[in-house]
Amino acid sequence: MVSQKRDAAIVGIHEYPRRKAPGVTPLQIKVECAARALEDAGLKWSDVDGLYDAQDGAGMAGLNLAEYFGFKPNVIDTTAVGGSSYEFHTSHARRDIAAGKCKVALLTYGSTAHSDSRAIGTGGMGGLGAPGPISNMQDPWGMTLISNYAMVAHRHFHQYGTTSAQLANISRITRAHAMRNPQAVQAMTDLLYENIREITIEDVLGSRMVADPLHLLDCCMVSDGGGAVVIASADVARDTKKTPVWVIGTGEATKYSENKGDLTTSAGAQSAPVAFGEAGVRPQEIDIAMIYDSFTITVLTILEDLGFCKKGEGGAFVEGERLHFKSPLKPTLNTDGGGLSSNHPGMRGIFLLLESVRQLRGESTSQVDGARLAVAHGNGGMLATSHTGGTIILARD
Amino acid sequence: MASRPQPRFPEPDTQPFWDATREHRLTYQVDPATGDVIFFPRRHSPYTGTTNLEVRESKGMGTVYTYSVVRLNRHPAFAALGPYAVAYVDLDEGFRILTNIVGVADPVKDVKIGMRVKLKWEDQESGIALPMFEPA
Repeated sequence: MVSQKRDAAIVGIHEYPRRKAPGVTPLQIKVECAARALEDAGLKWSDVDGLYDAQDGAGMAGLNLAEYFGFKPNVIDTTAVGGSSYEFHTSHARRDIAAGKCKVALLTYGSTAHSDSRAIGTGGMGGLGAPGPISNMQDPWGMTLISNYAMVAHRHFHQYGTTSAQLANISRITRAHAMRNPQAVQAMTDLLYENIREITIEDVLGSRMVADPLHLLDCCMVSDGGGAVVIASADVARDTKKTPVWVIGTGEATKYSENKGDLTTSAGAQSAPVAFGEAGVRPQEIDIAMIYDSFTITVLTILEDLGFCKKGEGGAFVEGERLHFKSPLKPTLNTDGGGLSSNHPGMRGIFLLLESVRQLRGESTSQVDGARLAVAHGNGGMLATSHTGGTIILARD
Repeated sequence: MASRPQPRFPEPDTQPFWDATREHRLTYQVDPATGDVIFFPRRHSPYTGTTNLEVRESKGMGTVYTYSVVRLNRHPAFAALGPYAVAYVDLDEGFRILTNIVGVADPVKDVKIGMRVKLKWEDQESGIALPMFEPA
């Protein structure tokens, strides 16, 4: 089936186990995760020669991070495009490895968003930083991050007849996976979730409305956390400890609000065909879909844009048990418990890669038997105004 | 009551737009060579890169493209409002603006996608005015 180029593989991963980490800095989280991910790969600190960073720990990250870590990388990439940055980094790392510029690429993330009490979803927006043309046309209207995504949901409802119950089912399935993941259960406990158990569609619909039509349980958590990914060249990957997970297709795109534009389509509609084309696989062959779930509507929109179903048919597609790990149907969704119920410190993109790798290695807490192909799709920025989409197709031998 | 976040200056791309609001004029830009409508305001056209643009004035009639009713905003100016509607409105001249829908008894029930709306200015202490929309 697969005849793709196999230039680069994910060989080491680590997810920071805590979601509430007072007294620790984002940089310390990044370093700890880097050390564990290199250990997972059987590689040394001094093997790292490519540094990829979303500027989440230090200003002038390419320089300051190299110094803090103690690396002297040959490649530095500080692409910062929000939550999808790590999919962009994976794409760039594979390109750089294929070009012979580096052999061991390190991606890290660290955040203390929860301990810092950041009101990410419900903050007032605006009034900070340098004046800019875009912020000047957005700040006065009180558009919270949640209402931004909610506007996409309303338009999707209007255009295609999608319902709140269909969105709620995404939250229900994701919670079912979360309850099997001890780190996710601990996360919900530490973040004082009510009713830490499997939930029903009615639970979601009965949770309080935050920004119509999105309920509390349509929204992700705000946690601390972090992670690291080590991507290596084919010759390095041959000698690492775990099954290499090959990066076989990548795509990157941006999208923003435009006059007469269609808000129900995301940047994924541009990035996914590139990634799937490169990988030589169809969406219907994908076993595991790790989709950025800042909100339930994000998942529904992206599933359509990735080609799992036609635009507008996402509501029916996500109904029932299809996305549950025990379902014989493909794909299985967010088996770690997602941003909705396990981990969302602000930029979730790295966790999509981590759980994809766990699935393809056979290490997930909701393991899909024989999983061979995964897609990780990150969404950065804000869906209704401007955002990025990064699609990564991963395969095991 | 705390005031809303305001546009901040110096910001040369949007300054002419906000200056016009002081006279309750809602302006947008057109590329006379192509007919392209440009919004948000910028010195150049995002379609061709040209800076040869005309400023025109909107009649202020439009249609709600989408909206959300915000129930929770921790900013004091909005927290005091109660539920309020944030929306994209498509103006008849072909541009889309982020705004609020006002002049309704209950935004949860009274705002609909596709409804016709008209411009309603809300004057700010700073002298500029915010273009909002109410049912036409």
